[in-house]
Amino acid sequence: MKSIIAFELYKIFRRPRTYIAFGAIAALIVVIQFGLKIDGESYASFLMKDINDTLTVDGKVLNGYLICYILLQLLLVHVPLLVALIAADMISGEANLGTLRLLFSTPFTRTEWVLGKFIAASIYTIVLLIWLAFLALFVSMWVFGTDDLFLMKSNYVVLIQEKDVLWRYVGAFVFASFSLLTVTALGFLMSSMANNSIGPIVGTMSAIVFFTILSTLNIPLFSMIKPYLFTTHMNNWKEFFDIKVNDGNEAIAGSILNIAKIKNSLFVLSAHIILFVSLAVYITKKKDILS
Amino acid sequence: MSVIQVNNVSKHFGSLKAVDGLSFEVQEGQVFGFLGQNGSGKSTTIRMLLSLIHPTSGSIEIFGHSIQDNRNKVLEEIGAIIERPDLYPYLSAKEHLTLFAKLRSKKITPSSIEDTLKKVGLLDRAKDKVQTFSLGMKQRLGIGIALLHNPSLIILDEPTNGLDPQGISDIRNLIQHLAKEEGKTILVSSHILSEIEQMASHILILHKGKKIADGPIQSLLDPNKMIVHLTTTNDDQAMQLILAGSFSNYLLKRAEGIYLSIPHFEIPLLNQFLVNAGVGLINVESRNSLEDYFLQVTSNTQ
Repeated sequence: MKSIIAFELYKIFRRPRTYIAFGAIAALIVVIQFGLKIDGESYASFLMKDINDTLTVDGKVLNGYLICYILLQLLLVHVPLLVALIAADMISGEANLGTLRLLFSTPFTRTEWVLGKFIAASIYTIVLLIWLAFLALFVSMWVFGTDDLFLMKSNYVVLIQEKDVLWRYVGAFVFASFSLLTVTALGFLMSSMANNSIGPIVGTMSAIVFFTILSTLNIPLFSMIKPYLFTTHMNNWKEFFDIKVNDGNEAIAGSILNIAKIKNSLFVLSAHIILFVSLAVYITKKKDILS
Repeated sequence: MSVIQVNNVSKHFGSLKAVDGLSFEVQEGQVFGFLGQNGSGKSTTIRMLLSLIHPTSGSIEIFGHSIQDNRNKVLEEIGAIIERPDLYPYLSAKEHLTLFAKLRSKKITPSSIEDTLKKVGLLDRAKDKVQTFSLGMKQRLGIGIALLHNPSLIILDEPTNGLDPQGISDIRNLIQHLAKEEGKTILVSSHILSEIEQMASHILILHKGKKIADGPIQSLLDPNKMIVHLTTTNDDQAMQLILAGSFSNYLLKRAEGIYLSIPHFEIPLLNQFLVNAGVGLINVESRNSLEDYFLQVTSNTQ
């Protein structure tokens, strides 16, 4: 299995297409950081305009932590599409190229190949996420500095002390890795069913869009299935930034308001990963390699 | 010792019987030619031998082990190229061999990789990406990957595809060297029948998924029964006369020309028969190659 993972990782990182995602993320983050650096104060004033009469915030609102939060809100919706570019190509791309028969006539079972390929695709996904974290968090901290994190939710504000923020980002990125691995597994499942790359890539993207719409629609009929859809849970990394308050309405450092929600989301996402990969193994084992 | 034993294997794709009740054996050290027209079931059979396609029924044993039950053990001893030499365009020849070497349990040293590159004539292009290779070079790299781990059984599906005459000759010499000097068992399919005739000791002919001939090449090409092509002063009239008489049993069904598979002592009688009927014989061309045998057996089972 280790040989397969090494084999697959070598191929992934030798392929020019792999770096499109890294380039796209870097370009987006740098553009947003540049914009906020130049015109950030007016953006911060715009954010605060509704509460300026009732609340005074000392310190630097537009700091690296807030920039990272803004970037994650924008990017974690789109990164799955970049992950799909690689994951959905892992099996079908080989079938299209004709190399699948070369791989499947080596002394490894198809289950080993599928799992090895999935692990390699997962490593790629995590490396992409680390790249995102580096640019969105650490570069923002370096460029904009750090201070308390001030977040405006739909009907309340959250103020997290500077020393209480970094671990929440670690938690959020770990959670995001589960979300992206679910997309990787979905892309993988689609990939096992096709003999060309375009279908599975478009199929994965369409499935994400379709289920995201179902997750956000407030129609009672769909409310029954919403808790079981992976798209309902993918954005719950934000729960790391909701904190408990004491009787005096003061934030309790180191707390998370709804940890059960995070656990439930991780469970649903993990179940989807296992289901998608198991189906991919089953389909690949049954398949005749005709391409 | 039987290296490959195929027992009553069939493969159906829906209502299409791609392979139908096929049985054959390949003995150790043989160069076994696998022949058939396009769509005859050759590639399907080769893919079943490599466990790429699951048989609908029947069993396959390689080195005495069932390919279904001992797949990994069996595949460790097989090197194969299947149809086109499909490789990774963004990797070099050396990268291909280095990567595939890591998928084998046998220790493959960098010097073995160099030797393989030399053997297939790609040493000077080792660091070039495959996307810059010609079809023939890709084919040679595919053969290199198949030989890299020094397998006992080599399965080559159309190995001379895309090669120039020198390349074809090199591959033929390589196959003969592997069989004679290194004792490898080789199953080779090709549509170039003259190549198979020069390389193989045994052949099997598949037609519409069924075996129609199998055996040592010398016994199949019976020197007592000649395949002849007739050129006459009136081919249409000659054909009518042959069809109406006792020589019709020797007639081979061909789209063009008059071909007969006939004992050599009957050729003068045929000549006399046609001349007496007023048809002059201009030329009798004897053809006793594998190609003629192949066309004979496949046309007779249309």
